[in-house]
Amino acid sequence: MFTPASTPILRTFVAYVEDKPGVLNRIASLFRRRNYNIVSLNVGRTHEPGISRMTFQVEADRDMALRIEANLYKMVNVLSIEDLSETQRVVRDLALIKVQVQPPRRSEVLDLVQIFRARAVDVSPETMMVEITGDQGKIEGMVAALRPFGILEMVQSGTVAMSRGSQGEAARSAHGARSPVSSVA
Amino acid sequence: MEPAKKAPSETPSPTPSVIPGSEILWDTLVHLGVDTVFGYPGGAIMPAYDSMIKYPIHHVLVRHEQGAAHMADGYARVSGKVGVCVATSGPGATNLVTGIANAMMDSVPMVAITGQVPSGLIGSDAFQETDITGVTLPITKHNIVVSRPEDISPALKEAFYIAKSGRPGPVVVDITKDAQQKSCHYAYDPSPVVLPGYRPARAVPNAEIQRAIAMIAEAERPILFCGHGVIWSGASQVLQELVEKADIPVACTLLGLGGFPASHPRALGMMGMHGEAWVNRAVQESDLVIAVGMRFDDRVTGNLKTYTPHAKKIHIELDPAEINKNVRVDLPLVGDACEILHQIVPHVRRGKVDAWLQHVAALRGDRAVIDIRDLPDNGKLYAAHVIMDLWKMTDGKAIVVTDVGQHQMWETQYYKHDFARRLVTSGGLGTMGFALPAAIGAKFADPSAEVWVIAGDGGFQMTAAELSTIAQEDIKVNVAIINNGFLGMVRQWQQFFYGGRYVATPMRSPDFVKLADAHGLLGLRATNRQEVAEVVAKARAHSGTVVIDFRVVQEDSVYPMVPSGADLHDMIRRPATEAAAAPAAETSHNPIFETGEDE
Repeated sequence: MFTPASTPILRTFVAYVEDKPGVLNRIASLFRRRNYNIVSLNVGRTHEPGISRMTFQVEADRDMALRIEANLYKMVNVLSIEDLSETQRVVRDLALIKVQVQPPRRSEVLDLVQIFRARAVDVSPETMMVEITGDQGKIEGMVAALRPFGILEMVQSGTVAMSRGSQGEAARSAHGARSPVSSVA
Repeated sequence: MEPAKKAPSETPSPTPSVIPGSEILWDTLVHLGVDTVFGYPGGAIMPAYDSMIKYPIHHVLVRHEQGAAHMADGYARVSGKVGVCVATSGPGATNLVTGIANAMMDSVPMVAITGQVPSGLIGSDAFQETDITGVTLPITKHNIVVSRPEDISPALKEAFYIAKSGRPGPVVVDITKDAQQKSCHYAYDPSPVVLPGYRPARAVPNAEIQRAIAMIAEAERPILFCGHGVIWSGASQVLQELVEKADIPVACTLLGLGGFPASHPRALGMMGMHGEAWVNRAVQESDLVIAVGMRFDDRVTGNLKTYTPHAKKIHIELDPAEINKNVRVDLPLVGDACEILHQIVPHVRRGKVDAWLQHVAALRGDRAVIDIRDLPDNGKLYAAHVIMDLWKMTDGKAIVVTDVGQHQMWETQYYKHDFARRLVTSGGLGTMGFALPAAIGAKFADPSAEVWVIAGDGGFQMTAAELSTIAQEDIKVNVAIINNGFLGMVRQWQQFFYGGRYVATPMRSPDFVKLADAHGLLGLRATNRQEVAEVVAKARAHSGTVVIDFRVVQEDSVYPMVPSGADLHDMIRRPATEAAAAPAAETSHNPIFETGEDE
């Protein structure tokens, strides 16, 4: 029987992958081929040598999320994959924002930086660089507050995420062999 | 560099010796059970070819690398082993691409070994350099670049393991020329492959098995779908036990044909776009679908919104990514079909299915009225009749390798396969030109088997150059060209959906009898039904390869037909007038064919 799919939401996945050339390309190629639109992607090393951790965000309904998980699970270089969207998690982005500001108005910027619990990391006669970490909403708030001064440039990392407490056993173990579909039934 | 005098490795030396990568390659393949490869040499793979002669490997020289990939594919489908094809870098590798994609879509275990320019030249647009791992990324199960001789053997072992295990598929191993030339210490390492991220086997929890058993017992109108996965997991026998114990009718996918015997009383035949009407009706009326090793392809389901409106679904499938992809299922059982069915069968109970079985039997009665099977001979030759006669004369036991198009669908309707791995056909990709090379692979996989190619005049010409390969290898296959002077399936769509405008479908072909003769093969022709038995008998008796030009009715169509995206029960049927009385006064739209000198 045809049943309508659930509503798409922004989903956050975490994958452990082998740190080998071409692995990112494989994953990106899979997303392109299956028509999954990546909103954010971050790859970095972990405490275990040879293993990288990816965090990526995709707009997907529940069915698509399960298929994304299953398709990644199938890939030879993917060690484990978990959808964090329905678990308690910490999600962070990092942004560097360079603002045009002369000495007389620096304190105004520093006030804003304090309110947002950001940091000033560089200063020059004409500019100041602000570093902020937080979720997407917080970063957007900072950007809006700084915009009147004149933002010269800005860079944002991909989102990284981690589940809270002792959840996420599968994602924490590089050898976690959780079945992506056995829970469907 | 020590002169390589290593004996072919029936007796592998336990002590490591220093040999070049080109020898490591063949030594590893021999250890992996390879004795036949299909390929074409060229610059970047020449070191490997130079070393091949030292090993017990039969190399089949193809005429185009696409043929090599299809041969490896046909070899794998018939033998159940991994098929191997070899090509050089650049154009050699890119010519494999269609064949690799074909193996991917149909889950066929294949390892394609390609030469690559020396590692120092990679990225420099060197002569015959192509990033073949990049090109094949989306059409392989996995691919590996090797640039050191030490890595050749582990890469090949990995490739074979990945290609064959789980849901099978093609793996490309791209080996740089310098990796083939350089030497290193080598002794074959027989230990199993360990890939931490690759987990092909999974166990199904007992609770889910119990739920499946309960669903089967409760069903009143169950139907079982037999897909390609049944064949690859070797589940035919246990599937038959389940069917007999629970009395469930069985519909096959195109690639599932032979997975369940066609002559079995519970066998319905193929479902989908060109499935017989009663099969699709039974599918649509069912209240429980047990889908085994299949993926609910669009050619199988038709319109998803109206597909099996009353049925609960159990999906037994190895690949978790196939679950809920096209059709939402109630109970996914993700794992090996053979193992899962073995868990179900001992406890399965028959539901209240008597009325259903009677109903399904009654649906079948519909066939004779509208089909051409029982048409009296009217002097015309129908493709259906050719295939039916072929089935009868070969006792249904030949390996039939089809191309893609009308003849392929008629094959599914009129050649009844009772055994797995006896029908070789390109399903997912629908690759015209597949049949002739795939049949060569099939013949090498089972040299004593009677192999028949059934191809259209269009598809046959796409890879007809492989007739030379056949002649050079001196093997016997029988080639039945269903020649209607059209690209028949496209013509049929033009007739049904494009106002009968036959754009670019009339096709002029060479004289296939003379073409066979030019290759030193026997060519025969049949233009009416009486001649069919005669030429088939002659072909079977002949010791070499025979090419038969069957001049069939030009504008016949495959019925029934579910138009693309239409409801599965909404079928175009053969017009009653055509079925009752033969279309004696056929009007031809194809001047090319009519001017042939044989007419």
